[in-house]
Amino acid sequence: MAEEVRAEMVANVWKIVVAEGDHVDDGDTIAILESMKMEIPVIAEAAGTVSLKVAEGDVVQEGDLIAVIG
Amino acid sequence: MTSPWSFDSVLVANRAEIARRVIRTVQRLGLKAVAVYSEADANLPFVKEADDAVLLGAAAPAQSYLDVTKVLEAAEQSGAQAIHPGYGFLSENAEFARAVSDADLVWIGPSPEAIVAMGDKVAARNLVGDAGVPVAPGTREPVADVEAALVAARVVGYPLMVKAAGGGGGIGMSVAHDEEELVTAFATAQSRAERFFGNPSILLERYVTSARHVEVQILGLSDGRVVALGERDCSVQRRHQKVAEETPCPVLTPPLRARMIEAAVRAGEAVGYRGAGTVEFLLDPASLASGGEFYFLEMNARLQVEHPITELVTGVDLVEQQLLAASDLPATFNPDAVDPSGHAIELRIYAEDPKRFLPSPGTITRWVEPTGPGVRVDAGYAEGDTVTPFYDPLLAKLCVHGPDRPTALDLARAAVASFQIEGLKTNLPFFTELLANEEFIAGVYDTGLIDRMRAPKPAASAPPA
Repeated sequence: MAEEVRAEMVANVWKIVVAEGDHVDDGDTIAILESMKMEIPVIAEAAGTVSLKVAEGDVVQEGDLIAVIG
Repeated sequence: MTSPWSFDSVLVANRAEIARRVIRTVQRLGLKAVAVYSEADANLPFVKEADDAVLLGAAAPAQSYLDVTKVLEAAEQSGAQAIHPGYGFLSENAEFARAVSDADLVWIGPSPEAIVAMGDKVAARNLVGDAGVPVAPGTREPVADVEAALVAARVVGYPLMVKAAGGGGGIGMSVAHDEEELVTAFATAQSRAERFFGNPSILLERYVTSARHVEVQILGLSDGRVVALGERDCSVQRRHQKVAEETPCPVLTPPLRARMIEAAVRAGEAVGYRGAGTVEFLLDPASLASGGEFYFLEMNARLQVEHPITELVTGVDLVEQQLLAASDLPATFNPDAVDPSGHAIELRIYAEDPKRFLPSPGTITRWVEPTGPGVRVDAGYAEGDTVTPFYDPLLAKLCVHGPDRPTALDLARAAVASFQIEGLKTNLPFFTELLANEEFIAGVYDTGLIDRMRAPKPAASAPPA
């Protein structure tokens, strides 16, 4: 079952750590957001193949989809 | 022209609470205040309250508050003759300070040479150490790579602090207890140092566990003297960043205070310091019984965030003194009779959740500040304003001043209870906890206080059968 990874807060997407279609494990870092001068890692909470929904430099709102792990 | 000032208008190259606070003093002195702002900040109080305001550019700091060319163009466009940098952004950028002077504008801050001398933490440590100020064991040269760090660490000793040499604000700092942690900490510090400060140099310093962070306010006067205006205890920290400060430091004895102040003045004199600056020390609480040991941490060549508590106990407006020093005018207080009175506390109200301290940008739907005797609020925002993710989370500084520490604590409790902010999460509930915390109330806390407050509680033991 696909796991949706969403932004916890308004932030800028600073870095995407994985590539589209990469396999990730539970606990792996997918991306790093930046908000208010703080880096916030986005962590996979399931294993699977990553489908990215944002690009570096994007601004995400709270609840926006960052990636889907299928 | 009869004005004693060497300028009649001041551009404030900063935003939110500190821009507003500087503008207030500039206007009180009869000078014109010019704000600069990014597209994201167009509706904030500091833009409205300035006599003139110039748009710099897009929200990202690199395209607005950190863009030297745009700030200088704004000065030319508005006719400002002096620039006050506040803290952060360009405040400790020596090239900017030079560019300001080269444009025939007055720079309200220390000389570019003093900024350079204090901006590199390794150089600063060596300089003040050579001037007789106590420094913690650490590297005298920046360490270039992880191999060099591992070698140096054997001499410095664990635990140690890995720091960005050009850094500040706690960014790029981490503690390593052994070689394995050092390898990780070094990589993290270097990537952040490069990204935030454009300088990948790293220094290692012995880490004092359970230290107190105590700093001294200094002021370099127009006659060349460097004087001190007491200390501030800044040990309440999360992620190595200050959350609450107080003055006086509750554990300093008069002889220890005198030694610390002498060391701070010596550090300022070593760089011919002019204007307001802060010398930060680490105080080892375990050493207090034997008189107290402290080490130089760094010098901040600018106005400090927490300067209001010094203003409350001394009655000295530090921004006014900065403007005077920059204008080659004498101080308007007696530097030989600085006599702090009472106790002051600052609480930094951040847009962040009060449990994990994660950022919480949003729109402020309700904002009611506490008022009354002994209460000062330096706020950057008002009701209806939007707090964006582009800048630090500081909303306001809630400061209280009472005749003694217990009274100041009571004032703080009442002020926190009556401060109403809605629409986003703030750390106000954290301050309710802090002001009820036994360690904080007793005044015997250290920089590990918040970690202890947030440590998982041990599971309750089963009640006896």
